[in-house]
Amino acid sequence: MNRQAAGWIVALLALVALPFVHRDPYHLHVLVLILIWSFAYTSWSIMGRFGLVSLGHGGFMGIGAYVTALLWNHLGVSPWIGIPLSMATAGVLALVVAYPCFRFRITGHYFVLVTLALSGIVLQVITATRDYTGGSLGYTPQRAPSGKGLFALQFDDKITWYLIALAVWIAGLVIWRAIDRSMIRHAMEAISEDEDAAAAAGVNVTAEKLKITLISALMTALAGALYCQYQMFISPDTVSGIAVSLQMVFAAIVGGVYVALGPTVGAIITIVLAEVLRISFGTKAVGWDNLVYGVLLVLFIIFLPKGILGSVIDRIKSPRKPSRGHEQQIVPIARR
Amino acid sequence: MLAVEGLVKRFGGFRAVNNVSFRVEQGEILGLIGPNGSGKSTIFNMLSGTLPPTEGSILFDGREIAGLAPHRIIVGGIGRTFQIPRPFHRLSIFENVVLAGFYGQGRRSRSKAEEAAERALAMVGLPTDRRASVEGLGAAGLKKLELAKALATGPKLLLADESLGGLDETEMDQAADMLRRIRDELGITIIWVEHIMGVLMRVVDRVMVLDHGEKIAEGLPADVAGDARVIEVYLGTDADASLAAAVAEQARRRIGV
Repeated sequence: MNRQAAGWIVALLALVALPFVHRDPYHLHVLVLILIWSFAYTSWSIMGRFGLVSLGHGGFMGIGAYVTALLWNHLGVSPWIGIPLSMATAGVLALVVAYPCFRFRITGHYFVLVTLALSGIVLQVITATRDYTGGSLGYTPQRAPSGKGLFALQFDDKITWYLIALAVWIAGLVIWRAIDRSMIRHAMEAISEDEDAAAAAGVNVTAEKLKITLISALMTALAGALYCQYQMFISPDTVSGIAVSLQMVFAAIVGGVYVALGPTVGAIITIVLAEVLRISFGTKAVGWDNLVYGVLLVLFIIFLPKGILGSVIDRIKSPRKPSRGHEQQIVPIARR
Repeated sequence: MLAVEGLVKRFGGFRAVNNVSFRVEQGEILGLIGPNGSGKSTIFNMLSGTLPPTEGSILFDGREIAGLAPHRIIVGGIGRTFQIPRPFHRLSIFENVVLAGFYGQGRRSRSKAEEAAERALAMVGLPTDRRASVEGLGAAGLKKLELAKALATGPKLLLADESLGGLDETEMDQAADMLRRIRDELGITIIWVEHIMGVLMRVVDRVMVLDHGEKIAEGLPADVAGDARVIEVYLGTDADASLAAAVAEQARRRIGV
């Protein structure tokens, strides 16, 4: 256990030291993208792993990005305040949509459909209010005057962004792990199997599901806001809508939703794939990555439901200890 | 401790439970019997909050609980088992019971929940090994787990639903003894629902018989076993009178009166 802790600390130090040793800006850019998206996918998996498959997370991400940028451009509100406000907006929306779902037992495919509508609605609202949001052409936060970069949370320096993204990504993993070790995980596993039996064990089913949904939505909005501040350009297609939601589901499932680093592995695979296709085929390959995602998603749900990292860890561990009951379950995502 | 008045449950035009009233005294074991579809499980589901009653009042320790959310009733001191065991397969046996100990007692602390789980598992005779999987349990083991989960929620009143279906004779006797021990050692009041009359009649203090959602008899086991309407319900109207008498006699002998 101590050796394991030492291993984590060494890995952490190496990650912090990396940008000071390897300064290639393109590589750092890809790493920042991987960290931000890993955080977003981790946020999705916090509820996705319990069979609460949401296709609404693109909506939360879009709210995080657009609310932060709109507050800054129109009212001059610093992202330091704007980001918490955008997270709160996403949180309220999550509760408004999820409460009736959970209260009236809308589960499984029906829940997926409701959240799908949420993604669509957020996308439509952004496109429809083009006078404010720029519509489908995208939106750019105004550049802060020099010297006010910290106030505006705008940095030209890739190393700064790398460290911010790294800190947020680690925070996401810490939250994932805290939930994994808490009684909420047990309650949510129980709920995902049998809501009546969970209630008979004293679990407030609606409240526990709302808690998990709220945490997941808040984190996803933060991911959207960070993406906006880093890229300094957002469009409905890149931070909101159904495509982004599907991308989250895909990456999380491919990496593995039952292990902390699964969504991160998913982010590495998807982003590297997109970059390789972009560089080798250029504009001729636009949309190919989505095709590859789609095919892979089907294959993964059928053949490798625990994802790449989950399956690798199982392979390593299986001869030593019997895996836990919830890890032996097959195809929980597809089942619901 | 429990006073049920005029309980009614309608599903559309069908009255699953029709105007049933009864009381349960502190420390007693009340048997609830009746043929399939007589409303036993529906009454349980209303007592535990899984179904809201259409009409009627349920006073538990002087507090109205009719229509409360199930988790509030469970935390308030009622434990229940399900007719068909409903374990959580993705949790270990121990985790199943800790979950009930944690949430069923108002989320006090994890270590208290683990203590409650250990006591409950020891009471029903299941291993307290943290990793043992639910998949290894047979029918009898699953029933024990169901009971352990209910006990871990710290109930004053235990609703035990058809605990013995699917068990052999020895297992049935053991399970019946266990319910009696739960009452004697833990002081938990029990309502026990069962199809099988024989074993139940030996253990319960009083018995209540349901048919088509209505209460048709209530009283001491010996009296109820000889009641004409009860015999009719269990054997049908065409039953030979001498056969009915023989069954009643056998029931009396099993209880030892």
